Amino acid sequence: MSARTSRISIYLLALPYALVFLLFFVVPLVLVVVVSFWDYTEYSIIPDFIGTNYSDIFRGCVARLPELCTAFATYVSTLKYVFLSWFITLILGFGVAYYLAFCVSSLTMQITLFLLCTIPFWTSNVIRMISWIPLLGRGGLVNQFLMNIGLVDEPVDWLLYSGFSVTLAFVHLYTLFMVVPIFNSMMRIERSVLEAAYDAGANGWQVLWNVVVPLCKPGIAIGSIFVITIVMGDFITIGVMGGQQIASIGKIINVEMSYLQFPSAAANAVILLAITLMIIVAMSRIVDIRREL
Amino acid sequence: MTDTIDHGRRKLLKTTAGVAVAGSFISGAPYVMSQEKKVLRYLGTAVNQSAEIAARAKEDLGITIEYIPVTTDEVTKRIITQPNSFDLVDTEYFSLKKLVPSGNLLGMDASRIKLFDEITPAFTKGEINGKKIGDQGTAPKKVFYLKGEKSTEFSDEPTQWVTLIPTVYNADTLGIRPDLIGRPIKNWSELLNPEFKGKASILNIPSIGIMDAAMVVESMGEYTYPDKGNMTKDEIDMTMKILTEAKKSGQFRAFWSDFNESVNLMASGEVVIQSMWSPAITAVRSKGIDCVYQPLEEGYRAWAAGFALPSTIKGQKADLAYEFVNWFLSGWAGAHLNRQGYYSAVLSTAQANMEPYEWDYWMLGKPAEKDIMSPSGQKLASAGEMRDGGSYETRMGGVACWNAVMDENKYMVRKWNEFIAA
Repeated sequence: MSARTSRISIYLLALPYALVFLLFFVVPLVLVVVVSFWDYTEYSIIPDFIGTNYSDIFRGCVARLPELCTAFATYVSTLKYVFLSWFITLILGFGVAYYLAFCVSSLTMQITLFLLCTIPFWTSNVIRMISWIPLLGRGGLVNQFLMNIGLVDEPVDWLLYSGFSVTLAFVHLYTLFMVVPIFNSMMRIERSVLEAAYDAGANGWQVLWNVVVPLCKPGIAIGSIFVITIVMGDFITIGVMGGQQIASIGKIINVEMSYLQFPSAAANAVILLAITLMIIVAMSRIVDIRREL
Repeated sequence: MTDTIDHGRRKLLKTTAGVAVAGSFISGAPYVMSQEKKVLRYLGTAVNQSAEIAARAKEDLGITIEYIPVTTDEVTKRIITQPNSFDLVDTEYFSLKKLVPSGNLLGMDASRIKLFDEITPAFTKGEINGKKIGDQGTAPKKVFYLKGEKSTEFSDEPTQWVTLIPTVYNADTLGIRPDLIGRPIKNWSELLNPEFKGKASILNIPSIGIMDAAMVVESMGEYTYPDKGNMTKDEIDMTMKILTEAKKSGQFRAFWSDFNESVNLMASGEVVIQSMWSPAITAVRSKGIDCVYQPLEEGYRAWAAGFALPSTIKGQKADLAYEFVNWFLSGWAGAHLNRQGYYSAVLSTAQANMEPYEWDYWMLGKPAEKDIMSPSGQKLASAGEMRDGGSYETRMGGVACWNAVMDENKYMVRKWNEFIAA
């Protein structure tokens, strides 16, 4: 087979997926960008090329500084939850993965424990989230317990419908997304590398920090991308756990869509996408994910 | 009341599922064409899409009703974006300002509605027993008639073409937990009373939430709106400022946007005073928890819904739809709705389908002669109890404003998002 035909066959092999990708990803995305420049009324969207959908989002944002406008306040709030969820899921996820990969010696046990981690995923996201409510509410189990042991006299309010409950739910829902890729990276680490490090006189922490963590970088990066992109666009968890009192970009887009303000929603979506992509690009600058895939 | 609660749950699941896929733009459930000939795809909110009504329609007319239950906003979105996906829609009057100009709905032919003249004058003239009722906001009488079958303009004069044939309506107010409040509540302003700090809630559906907020602002004596249902930008700013200040000082425990959320907030005692809908009150009560739909001095915020046909509907389907609409007004369905605390469009036929003691309790505001049961046989009130707010005439007569779409709707939605972010 000549080089030429083999090149053609490579393209042919890539074609089906490229088409699917084009049809279900590129085309809709382009449409979103196009519509974000359209005009709209209460009941129709009008082809046009205007920037007001974007300027409306940031209206008064600069003039009102240092007071934050809706867009800035919402992004600051969203980024706060992104950071908190990312940080906590990373620590927890790394810990769980480390235990599975290095502390459990038999493969059967590893697989069993790993599957155990996935059991919560047998129920839906929404159910797992809602199940926190009777636990954390004013008359919930946690408050009952705290009052019974005499730690507090009044029920604690901040357990539910607060930043705390939102973060808790995110961590609960998405830690596994960290565990899986980090575990995968850890399993590829040659045990001889670790032994060599110990032989060279490194202590446990040094091995962890100088050997395990660097070799897990791709896993950490992939897990981080999962968690960050999900939390950036989330509005259900923030809505349910935050008592709808906490803003999120997803909720703004959702409200706009339900009022048929599609162009405005599209503009918000484009901005959200741009910011999320920037975060991912920044991360892939630090870690070369492809190297490990 | 298990029936209503089940609906609530179903609706919650559907709503959350809908929300979950909202990002994918097309959020309709896939529809499988049935083999049966007499089928109507009925788009609406779960409010009056009860399984009993569908079963009874099948029995009486042989028509299979396929419900497409979505949220209020989603109904509007569907009519605008997918007018082919239903044969009959049950939507709210206030949405009409968006729907009619789109041309996706057909005027209903009044001459084909047998009981048209029996429809309560609350719709046609905006009065009850000759007495004018509040008409701020999108009162049904303002958007009742069209200039022609396919017209995209409302007519001030009665015509043959009606926008919606009314199905169900009610007067909404605040719900309270009297056991946790322990004193009488008489005014809308109590929603922002610091006494209930961290124990109040308002609904997070901008077009309805702002109306509740306006009732509160007027009750506080801050401002009297020329028309609460059509605020100017300044009025919107002022209203949202008052709400935002309350939010920042921690007045609200949570906001709700789904029927079931309001039930949970109230039943768990997280909230003791909040905007609420009548079946939600019933749902809380059926858990054995004291909950009152509190009549307030400033009056009620009313809403109303009705049937329309999509402009794409063809001959035989349209006949079926008219047959069903006529049946709906003929009494059985009306009685079914009245027994859940709603009001039906044609009262005389509903009365004929209810026991006299039921009618006395639900419509005349008299003490219950015997225990009052829900359509599914759960006890709603004991003998001797009276309906919150009293008779039909007192409740609907006390309407202050109607759910509305404002001219400044775009601005209002933006301000509402700002409020949530504050």
